[in-house]
Amino acid sequence: MTATDASATPAGRGGAEPTLSVGHMDVVYKVRGRDRLALRDVSFEVGRRESYGLVGESGSGKSTVALALTRYLPRNGRVSAGTVSINGADPLAMSGTDLRHLRARTVSMVYQEPGKALNPSIRVGRQVAEVYEVAGLHRAEAAERAEAMLRKVQIADPGRVMGRYAHQLSGGMAQRVVIAMALAAEPALLILDEPTTALDATVEAEVLDLVSALRAEFDTSVLFISHNLAVIAKMCDRVGVLYAGELVEEGPAREVFEDPRHPYTVGLLRCIPRRGQRKDHGRLDTIPGFLPPAGHTLSGCVFAPRCLLAEDRCREAPPPSYQIAAARTSRCYRHDVAPSLPRATPEDKPLPGPPASAETLVQLAGLSKTFGARGSRGSRGEQVHALTGVDLELERGETLGLVGESGSGKTTLAWVLLGLLPPDPGATVELAGQPLAADVRRRPRSQLRALQIVFQNPDSALNRRHTVRRLISRPLARLAGLSGERLRARLAELITSVRLEDRHLAMRPNQLSGGLKQRVAIARAFGSGPAVVVCDEPTSALDVSVQAAILNLLADLQADEQVSYLFISHDLGVVRYLSDRIAVLYLGKVMEVGPAERVFSGPHHPYTEALLSAVPSLDGQRADRIKLSGEIPSATNLPTGCVFHTRCPRRLPSGICESEEPPLREVEPGHRMSCHIPLDELQNLQRAGQPT
Amino acid sequence: MTDIVVAPAAGVAVARPDQTGELTPWRLLLRRPTFLAGAVILLFWLACAIFGSLIAPHNPLAQQLLLTNQAPSGAHWFGTDQLGRDVLSRVIVGARSILLIAFAATVLSTVLGTALGLVMGYLGGVVDIVAGRLVEAALALPVVIVAFLFIVAVGPSPLTIIVVIGLVFTLLIARTVRSTVLVESQLDYLAAARLLGEKSVSIMFSEVLPNVVPAILVEFTVRLGYAIFTVATLSFLGFGVQPPTPDWGADIAHNYVTLGAGYWWMTLFPALAIASLVIAINLFTDSIEQVLAS
Amino acid sequence: MTRYLLKRLGLAVVTLWLLSVIVFFAGQVVPGDPGRAILGNLADPRAVRALDHQLGVDRPLLTQYWSWITGLLHGNMGESYQYRSAVEPYVQAALVNSVKLAALAFVIVVPLGILGGVLAALRYGRATDRVISVVGLSAATVPEFVSGIVVIIIFAVSLKWLPVSASAGTGASALTQLDHLILPAIPLVFILFGYIARMARAGTIEALDSDYTRTATLKGLKPSVVIRRHVLRNALLPTITVIATQTGYLIGGLVVVETLFNYQGIGNLIYKAAQAKDFPMLEAGVLTIGVVYMVATLIADALSTALNPRLRLGTGG
Repeated sequence: MTATDASATPAGRGGAEPTLSVGHMDVVYKVRGRDRLALRDVSFEVGRRESYGLVGESGSGKSTVALALTRYLPRNGRVSAGTVSINGADPLAMSGTDLRHLRARTVSMVYQEPGKALNPSIRVGRQVAEVYEVAGLHRAEAAERAEAMLRKVQIADPGRVMGRYAHQLSGGMAQRVVIAMALAAEPALLILDEPTTALDATVEAEVLDLVSALRAEFDTSVLFISHNLAVIAKMCDRVGVLYAGELVEEGPAREVFEDPRHPYTVGLLRCIPRRGQRKDHGRLDTIPGFLPPAGHTLSGCVFAPRCLLAEDRCREAPPPSYQIAAARTSRCYRHDVAPSLPRATPEDKPLPGPPASAETLVQLAGLSKTFGARGSRGSRGEQVHALTGVDLELERGETLGLVGESGSGKTTLAWVLLGLLPPDPGATVELAGQPLAADVRRRPRSQLRALQIVFQNPDSALNRRHTVRRLISRPLARLAGLSGERLRARLAELITSVRLEDRHLAMRPNQLSGGLKQRVAIARAFGSGPAVVVCDEPTSALDVSVQAAILNLLADLQADEQVSYLFISHDLGVVRYLSDRIAVLYLGKVMEVGPAERVFSGPHHPYTEALLSAVPSLDGQRADRIKLSGEIPSATNLPTGCVFHTRCPRRLPSGICESEEPPLREVEPGHRMSCHIPLDELQNLQRAGQPT
Repeated sequence: MTDIVVAPAAGVAVARPDQTGELTPWRLLLRRPTFLAGAVILLFWLACAIFGSLIAPHNPLAQQLLLTNQAPSGAHWFGTDQLGRDVLSRVIVGARSILLIAFAATVLSTVLGTALGLVMGYLGGVVDIVAGRLVEAALALPVVIVAFLFIVAVGPSPLTIIVVIGLVFTLLIARTVRSTVLVESQLDYLAAARLLGEKSVSIMFSEVLPNVVPAILVEFTVRLGYAIFTVATLSFLGFGVQPPTPDWGADIAHNYVTLGAGYWWMTLFPALAIASLVIAINLFTDSIEQVLAS
Repeated sequence: MTRYLLKRLGLAVVTLWLLSVIVFFAGQVVPGDPGRAILGNLADPRAVRALDHQLGVDRPLLTQYWSWITGLLHGNMGESYQYRSAVEPYVQAALVNSVKLAALAFVIVVPLGILGGVLAALRYGRATDRVISVVGLSAATVPEFVSGIVVIIIFAVSLKWLPVSASAGTGASALTQLDHLILPAIPLVFILFGYIARMARAGTIEALDSDYTRTATLKGLKPSVVIRRHVLRNALLPTITVIATQTGYLIGGLVVVETLFNYQGIGNLIYKAAQAKDFPMLEAGVLTIGVVYMVATLIADALSTALNPRLRLGTGG
């Protein structure tokens, strides 16, 4: 807290008065002539130097909170009731000038896509300097201060970055600049709205560390908004859980996540695969039903329609906010029994582990993919090495998890396998010992049947003009060769197995929720009776409560149909839950491949180690944290030697990592790794938890 | 939109508009005054085009050589022209030729343009490059001048105009359809269709086409407006419907030399007719576009 | 960036060549022959053949095209059938006249259109926006000769403020010339206003909705600074391209306006050449228009590349 800020608080009470206080706030949006309630009776406080987390799934209204506080609601939105006080001042009642001063001095905000938050046609240095100019500094002095601020957010060469434009910065770098801009005015309150959602795990870890460090240095209160519970757990002192526009539970972050006292929080936490949970341990729990439609008019508790503890009173009148401990509240009549919420999905059905008899179904060898001179404006025709010399095999009935950051080649690998992209000449791509044509149009029907995919985004993957019936029937007719009564019978069987209902058949995708759409996509993939299904981030576009149901479904289908999965995800918890084996990709090369438990428990490749330590966990921080520094190198100009050496914290001093590429060799049965460091040495290093 | 976050898609059952008391697109359209005004004027001219001779108070071709150049009066609301013909009747009946030619040209170009655009956008490659160059070259010239070249070569007739406008607009529509198809090509449902072994032609027509139909509909109405613009202009330049058939553009061309003598009614009323028709179509189109976008 | 512009220039040359082929062969498809067209239906067939031979139109098409295109490259655009003399002086004089008219229209409409569009965007969804949008839309869709007739009736016939004819006569002062050009410029201004205002409005709305505008606003910058520094710069880039591509349209409009106001510009030249079947004149005029259009789009491309850092610097550079 700076001197100016302290004197600005009316009573000068220092820590006594909260930085932010929201009381009984309602926000409505006028949509097509009607008011829709987006937030109802939301109250919370963020104390001095406190970090407060708001967590909720999409549609919970968490971003609306941020917009309302900064008075930046869209034209059709307004705060219809309640009070807001930031540092003792009410932004809702302010004149334009006062509001501008509040934004300039007291509140700052960082949001999801850093690339878009920066003006594309103004140099970033100037944009940071603007903050100081608003505060009354001259241009030259402002530029100087801006450069100093960029250094504070750990930008190595701030002078050079000052002169760049937004499109010349990587996502992580851009987010640092945005954070620098937000903290430049030394605000009393910093609002972070999904600040790392668009970033890769290792970059996310760096940015979160940066925020923690700067928060301490600048003495700023933080309102951290995220859908990611683990990020909130890592970053926040207290947390509020939003559901359908209402704050249903609040308390110290650790306590809420360890001992949730609202059925929604309880259910949400059970949906997340964690503590090394795997499919053979049983199913994930789910939350039944759907979020009430926007603008709903429920008479009782908003969660009652989905709550397995709901009683008559829950549906009659909204529950008050119960004080259940010193600093904890829960908006639930049955908060005392909330932890004993019955499971919505039985855990029973034991799901199979890796198959006993290994039969190689897919064989990839020497697979490379180079994207040629895509002469974009002004750039020279460079070659992008998306995949280089990949050797992998997929066995019948197993799940091979494919992990790596964006740009690692995961999706390219899948598309080559499916015949949607031709590999570079010389690659071996085989299915059950038969070579696969490079182009899907040249593959016989039997091979088309055998290989199918579930895409990340069902909105993109399902033709929005076709009905569900048509979408699912198509593979049955074209690939399985069914017609008439047999087709109808198989269709009925399929929709039952993906837990869709008959009434969904006549609908089009836009009439379905995200989870239901993904079920349609899964049904389509299984329609032809495939041997291999590629799952390309199948749950990344979904909320966690929906994700759990989809993961259960995929596990069940695998058990029933003996299908193999090539499962691509950036979410290591999800990959661990479903995979029998894991392959780790970095810059188009396989760093490590082996049995899931071996890869996760280690000793593992330094890159795998870095990925694992980058992921915040709900159960408190990991001790063996190693940090990656630097940017992911460009795939047009791969590093010499080991491609990971530029960022590797365990790089050998001998220089061999820079000069010589380590082969992918078997370090123990079924576990291959591409690293110069011997396995036992890695084990010692990783046990000690100390980077060299 | 209750939540601006782009991150995870909602697990929300979509609310049906009738349940929440929201307005359907059709009712939204009916609430727009610009749409209503456009639709009423358009319907009026359509009625004139179809029943013109029944509505017109006089025979539009009948010359009254004793009653030439009469200013508007009770007997002739819009006055008479240099040959003593009733201007009002000629305006009413004149709706037919312009609407017919413009509509035919627009239908022709929409059909051809959609096919060409689909092929360019979906197949890409050489077809796209060659056709793209041709489109560029043709667009370097104003439609009116392309029409000149053709009409001078083939001779003026309604059919020539339909073909010329139809072909030029084909290129324009192809360009729009192509860019819409390119957006669609980024979507995974096309990859999914390829994985089901669908053939290119089938993907183009049964997967892509239904998704570009809304864009084509908008494009159709936009082009119809421009077609009327162009048909009127060509008529005015003497390349359209030949006298004595009533035609707004030709009548203006024929009579505007008399403006110096102060005979404003012979040109003003057909001019207002053209203006009202094109404005009506554009108000109509604009409303549809806005409602589709919202 | 230079590379990109060179590529654009190459493409423009290819397009021009295609255009020359289209123009030349469209001209040659004419039924009958130029000699007959010039001498009339009653002329002696031998005279027609002699004239055809003299004009060189009895040679094979490819030979004719070759001699035409090589002539063009040497600055020789051919000889007019109507006037029996080289076409260049006619084309040149007409071009100068047209440029005067077009320049006047642009000078009026560019600031007006941008102002209208930005104003509409800033008052998005309110009465000002509605009025500007509907007026702009209507103005852009009414054919030039229609709005031309209306302004003539109002300003020349009934108010008698301005002359009907666009030509001021030889040796007229600049001010008199301007007086004569104002009425013909109005129909062009109407149409261009619609396009430019629409584009400027859309660009501004998009920029106002952007995250970077939110960043600038939440920094506590004054609204005027946000708009001037952060919004307009990004909003008006696409508008530049639109303005340039409208030159193509503008020339089409010139044909009509110059005919209506009897002004000796390139549009009128083409119109008269078309009526007289004077192919060398027609081809020269049309090709000139093509060149003007290409140059305008190239300038626009260069300008928007220079103003847009993403294009100027490429990614990652």
